[in-house]
Amino acid sequence: AFFWLVSLLLASLIWFISVHLSDQEDAKLQYGLLVFGAAISVLLQEAFRFAYFKLLKKADEGLATISEDGRSPISLKQMAYVSGLSFGIISGVFSVINILADSIGPGVVGIHGDSPYYFITSAFLTMAVVLLHTFWGVIFFDACEKRRYWCLGLVVASHLVTSGLTFLNPWYEASLVPIYIITVCMGIWAFFTAGGSFRNILKCLSCKQEDDSRVMMYSALQVPFED
Amino acid sequence: MITFMNNSDSEDEPCNERTSLMSAESPPIPSYQDGLQASEAGEMQTHKKRQTGSNRSPNNVADGDMSDLGVQVRESALENEEEELTLKYGAKHVIMLFVPVTLCMIVVVATIKSVRFYTEKNGQLIYTPFSEDTPSVGQRLLNSVLNTIIMISVIVVMTVFLVVLYKYRCYKFIHGWLILSSLMLLFLFTYIYLGEVLKTYNVAMDYPTLILVIWNFGAVGMICIHWKGPLQLQQAYLIMISALMALVFIKYLPEWSAWVILGAISIYDLMAVLCPKGPLRMLVETAQERNEPIFPALIYSSAMIWTVGMAKPDTAARGPSQQRRVAAEDGRENHSSPSHSDSQILETRSPVPSHPITSLEELEEEERGVKLGLGDFIFYSVLVGKAAATPSGDWNTTLACFVAILIGLCLTLLLLAVFKKALPALPISITFGLIFYFSTDNLVRPFMDTLASHQLYI
Repeated sequence: AFFWLVSLLLASLIWFISVHLSDQEDAKLQYGLLVFGAAISVLLQEAFRFAYFKLLKKADEGLATISEDGRSPISLKQMAYVSGLSFGIISGVFSVINILADSIGPGVVGIHGDSPYYFITSAFLTMAVVLLHTFWGVIFFDACEKRRYWCLGLVVASHLVTSGLTFLNPWYEASLVPIYIITVCMGIWAFFTAGGSFRNILKCLSCKQEDDSRVMMYSALQVPFED
Repeated sequence: MITFMNNSDSEDEPCNERTSLMSAESPPIPSYQDGLQASEAGEMQTHKKRQTGSNRSPNNVADGDMSDLGVQVRESALENEEEELTLKYGAKHVIMLFVPVTLCMIVVVATIKSVRFYTEKNGQLIYTPFSEDTPSVGQRLLNSVLNTIIMISVIVVMTVFLVVLYKYRCYKFIHGWLILSSLMLLFLFTYIYLGEVLKTYNVAMDYPTLILVIWNFGAVGMICIHWKGPLQLQQAYLIMISALMALVFIKYLPEWSAWVILGAISIYDLMAVLCPKGPLRMLVETAQERNEPIFPALIYSSAMIWTVGMAKPDTAARGPSQQRRVAAEDGRENHSSPSHSDSQILETRSPVPSHPITSLEELEEEERGVKLGLGDFIFYSVLVGKAAATPSGDWNTTLACFVAILIGLCLTLLLLAVFKKALPALPISITFGLIFYFSTDNLVRPFMDTLASHQLYI
C-alpha cells in the first residue's frame, strides 16, 4: 500500500506541475493532461510493483538463509497474492472512499444531467479494480520470477486498457462490460499461474479425503557394534 | 476553559516523557540485506565462546577441542533457532503494536469526523499564547514557531524534572503526579467527551446515570492503570486516554503550530532518546539499572500475560515475581549480569507447575513484548486526527497518513530488532506522516478529485 501511495504521489506531482505550467482555461488541454496523468500513473504503479517485487525477493532470500530448513516461511506466491491484494485495496479505497462519504450526505445523484447510476457503477468499477490488482499481482510476480517478459508487458497493457476504458464513462455498456471481461480473463490466468487446475477445482468441490500417497520411511534402529 | 488550563501542568505531563519505544527483548534479527553479515557475526560469537572454552581447559587439548566443537555447533544451532524464533516473534510484535495504534487512530478519526466540537476553534492553551489570526503569512509563521518553542521548552523542562525526581527516588511525588494527571484524564476529559458525543447524537442522559457511568469508568481505569488488572483492559484504558489526550491537542493547538510542534517534537524525541545525556535515555537506563519497570501509566506494553492461567503463588510473592519477570525482559539487555537474570528467570519458573516449559527461550518468548510510550500514541493520533480535520473533508489524506505512520512504525521496529535498545518511535513515522499529509493534501487531492469527477480509474 505504501508503494502504491508513493507511485500515486509521484504521478500527482507530475500532473500538478503539468497543469500549472499549462493554460488553465483550455478545457480540452486539461482533459488531455488528465489522460496523460492517468497513463503516467498506471506506468508508475507497475514500476513500483516491480520495485516491490525486488524488495520481496531480497527479503525472501534473507528469510531463507535464516530459517532452519533453508526455505522461507512465506512462499513467493503468497507474497504475490498479498502484494496484489494490498495494491488493490489501497487503490480501490482511494477511488471510492470520498464517494462513499459523500453518499451519506443529502443530495441528488446526477441532478446536473450526469448519470444517476454514478454510485452503483463506481462500486462495481472499484470491485473490478481491486480484483484486477490482485490478479495482476500474482501474474506479475510469477512473470518476473520466470522472466517471461511478454507476460509482464501484457499485464501493463491490460492495466492501461482498463484505465482507458474508464474514460468511456458514462457510456457504461462500453466500459463496465469489457472491464469485467478483462477481470474474468485475468482471474482465470492468475488461477492457472498460481498452480490451479481443473483437477484442483474438482477435488475442492468434491471435498474428498485424499489418500496419503506418500511413502513412509522408517529409520532402522541399529544395535551398536560390539567389538 | 480557564479552570483546566490552570491545573493543566499535569495534563502536559503525559506528553513529555512517554515518547520512546523500547524493546523488552534483545536477540538480534538480522536485517534482510545483511543476512550474510549476521551469520558472520554469529560465527564470531561462537568463535569467542570457543576461545573462552579453550582457555578453561588448557590441559586436555584434544578433549577440549571436541567439546568446544560440540559446544560451538550446539551454540550456533541455538543461535539460529533463537534468531528464527525472534524473527517470527518480531513479526508478531509488529502486529501487536499495529492493533492498538490503529484502534487509537480509529477512535480519534471517528470522533473528529462526527463530533463538531473538536474541530471548532474555542481558544488556545496557555502553552501556545501567540494567536494565529494575523493578517500576514510571515507573522503567522513567526507566531507558530514561537508557540512551538514555548511548547517544546515546557516539555523539556517537565521531562528533566521527572528524570531528576526519578534519579533521586522521589517515587511518592511521581506517583502522586501521575495519579493526579490520570484522574483528570479519566474523569474530566471523559466527562467532556461524553457530553459532546451525547450532544452530537442528541441523546439525553440524566445526571445520576452520568455520574454512575463516569464514576465506574474512571475508578476501574485508575485501578487498571496504576495497580493491577486484566492486561487487555489496561491496554484498552491506555488507548482511550491517549485518544482523549490527542483530541485535546487537536482542539486546542492552532493549525500551523500543530504541524510545527509535530515536527519539532520528533526531532526532540530523536535527541532525547539517542543522545547520551538525553533525559529519556537516562530514564530508561536508570530504570534498567535498578531493574524496575517504568511507571505503568506511561508505557503501553503488549505482553505481560503472567497473571492469566498461572498457578497462584501467594500475593507476597506475586509482587516481586512480577518485578522479576519484567526484569527478565529487561535483564536480557544487561549484558553485564547474564547469570543474574538467568537465575531470575529460573526462579519465576517455579510457580508454574501446570505449564510444562521445555526450553528457556520458550518461556521468555511468551513474556516478551514490545513497549511503546503513550506519547507516541498521542502524537500519531494527533497527526492522523489533524489530517482528518482538514476543512476539505478528504478521506484520502487521512488514509495516506495512516499508512505512512504504520510503515514508519514498522521500520522503527525493524531498527529496534537490529539495535536492541530503546529507540525513539516518533521521528520516522512523523516524518513520513508529515510528508504524506502535505503532499496528499496539495497534490493528490486535486488529481483524485478531477479523476473522480470524470469517473476515471487509474
